[in-house]
Amino acid sequence: MPKEELIGGALWDQYSRKVAERMDNPKNRGELTEEDAQRLGGKLVVADHGAESCGDAVRLFWVVDPAGVILAARFKSFGCGTAIASSDMMSDLCVGRTVDQAAKITNIDVEAALRDTKDVPAVPPQKMHCSVMAYDVIKKAVARYKGVDLSALETEVIVCECGRVSLGTIVDAIRLNDLKTVEDITHYTKAGAFCKSCIAPGGHEKREHYLVDILRDTRAAMEKERAPQGPQGFAALTPVARIKELERVLDEHVRPMLASDGGGLELVDVREKDGAFEVFIRYRGACMGCPSAGHGTLMGIETALREALDPKIVVIPS
Amino acid sequence: MERIYLDNNATTLADPKVKAAMEPYLCDRYGNPNSLHSFGTEVHPDLRTAMNRLYRGLNADDEDDILVTSCATESNNTVLKGVFFDLLRGGEKDHIITTSVEHPCVANTCRFLAGQGVKLTVLPVDKDACVSADAVREALTDRTALVSVMWANNETGVLFPVAEIARLCRERGVLFHTDAVQAIGKVPVDLRAVPVDFLSLSAHKFHGPKGVGALFVRRGLKLSPLLHGGEQMGGRRAGTLNVAGIVGMGLAMELAVDHLAFEDTEVRRLRDRLEDALLRIGDVLVVGRRELRVPNTVFISVRGVEGEALLWDLNKAGIAASTGSACASESLEANPVLKAIGAGPELAHTGIRLSLSRFTTEAEIDFTTKTFTEAVARLRAISASY
Repeated sequence: MPKEELIGGALWDQYSRKVAERMDNPKNRGELTEEDAQRLGGKLVVADHGAESCGDAVRLFWVVDPAGVILAARFKSFGCGTAIASSDMMSDLCVGRTVDQAAKITNIDVEAALRDTKDVPAVPPQKMHCSVMAYDVIKKAVARYKGVDLSALETEVIVCECGRVSLGTIVDAIRLNDLKTVEDITHYTKAGAFCKSCIAPGGHEKREHYLVDILRDTRAAMEKERAPQGPQGFAALTPVARIKELERVLDEHVRPMLASDGGGLELVDVREKDGAFEVFIRYRGACMGCPSAGHGTLMGIETALREALDPKIVVIPS
Repeated sequence: MERIYLDNNATTLADPKVKAAMEPYLCDRYGNPNSLHSFGTEVHPDLRTAMNRLYRGLNADDEDDILVTSCATESNNTVLKGVFFDLLRGGEKDHIITTSVEHPCVANTCRFLAGQGVKLTVLPVDKDACVSADAVREALTDRTALVSVMWANNETGVLFPVAEIARLCRERGVLFHTDAVQAIGKVPVDLRAVPVDFLSLSAHKFHGPKGVGALFVRRGLKLSPLLHGGEQMGGRRAGTLNVAGIVGMGLAMELAVDHLAFEDTEVRRLRDRLEDALLRIGDVLVVGRRELRVPNTVFISVRGVEGEALLWDLNKAGIAASTGSACASESLEANPVLKAIGAGPELAHTGIRLSLSRFTTEAEIDFTTKTFTEAVARLRAISASY
């Protein structure tokens, strides 16, 4: 782990200067009233959002002109310093945008705006969570302004709110990269890298989807798709697909075993003969000339292929 | 900027006298006390003095053992894991009783042992953030090996009825351990009056150095060591003796005991002055009854003001305090003590701990009161929940 983690306690060291300034002096704090709205020539919109697990609560005030442009934004927040700084920046980002444009502002935009330099995060990973509240309250304000239900605005299922990683992105990453662990998912997609609530039940807040479940279900679906449907399955495959399947089983179950003794094998061909499948292989490395290559090892290879693919497989070394 | 340190339950300033006493043992008298030559033997008299100060400070009997360790975390681990190896692993006993507000070094070690098959009873605290001897009595079984209850709580300062619990355990033939880290130097700890079997302490909590602590083991008690190795500490705790640390801890103990009356009068007066002033802010809640607490601690929750935000404002003004707010922890986990005392989400996110020492001055307390009050006003003006 990084040395910083061994020392620990560096929460405040990792806040950007902009975060600190806005914690000290949030310029958009406060309220907007009906009088303000009248004076500015717009409509007042007030939205509340509470994050129960954080004990945090934020209230957002907008004045929106008849063309849908946000003329002014203010907030009030019960929350930690980073929640205050995020709300303050979020209010800045709303002003001058239309409600539809504001609806597209995410917590990631807020965090990016709070950075001092482009590639240094404004807050430590677990505090990304505090900026999510800023995103949620905008969504509520948009729903309030449009008079629609909040769910009408949800276009995708977000699993990791801190990093705004969707269910679709995570499933695609697992499938395309053949990911096998939650750490892999985090590495590829950033999901789970922040407050960690979405990794497994029991974290900071309750979530609808957890990475452990998504990984398990996606892997199970992948296995099912890949596994031949019984003996007919292998028999029904095209010759090219048969070779692919054989290569897969050899990679997973046979080659690692041979490699541990310095050996290897090559798949040469597969032919159908009298209802059986003749699989021709060529030994490599230490397997060449090994006495077991014609007996125990050969039977091991045959058993692995028969169990995984088809009982009528015969392995023939050449 | 002059800074004010009100986080003395986390760690303390080493008393300058302690620092002066330790200095010769780094470059001058650096011998290993287990060596036979003069470099080793010349430090023996000072080690003896330091150990005598420790024994006197706890009013321990010469036949009792006070093992020097690296910290209270090590002392607590030694007791819990030693009892596991001695009584629990072989199946002679199967049960440990502890409380829901122990320091992580007790709580997480107990959890680890539960994973090894030990039955664990975790006693909840009442509305005063305290555990009664009756609750311990009801949890005891014939198969209980150990009861571990802290002497005073680190977050709230609440004192536990350890004398009563120790006597109860003695009657029932059950071993009793107490983590006294937050009690030493704040209230009298007299081990002839209180029949504990094991007691843990850490020097840096009472103006001694970091990296040295102690474990009291009642005379004749068996306890497998945590650290095996050389024959230091009579074979009960291996590792080259931390001579400077032991000398520092010995003197710190003597000074702490000498200042107990001062702690009970002057430190208490300043704490009460601070607490009364903060209570006048309104819509605040102090955890634990005053007469049940150590004299230096106040744990206060301010409605509508999140703990980390308040801590930030105090720190800006140079005041060091601590918060139990989940938002200020690495894991975003709510403070276990606050969860344990049944604090609602509001309290769990607003708690601030201020802990004084004998070096705290009245001017510091008054400046803190003023700053704290202003910070609350600023944050309540921003707050959406106030």
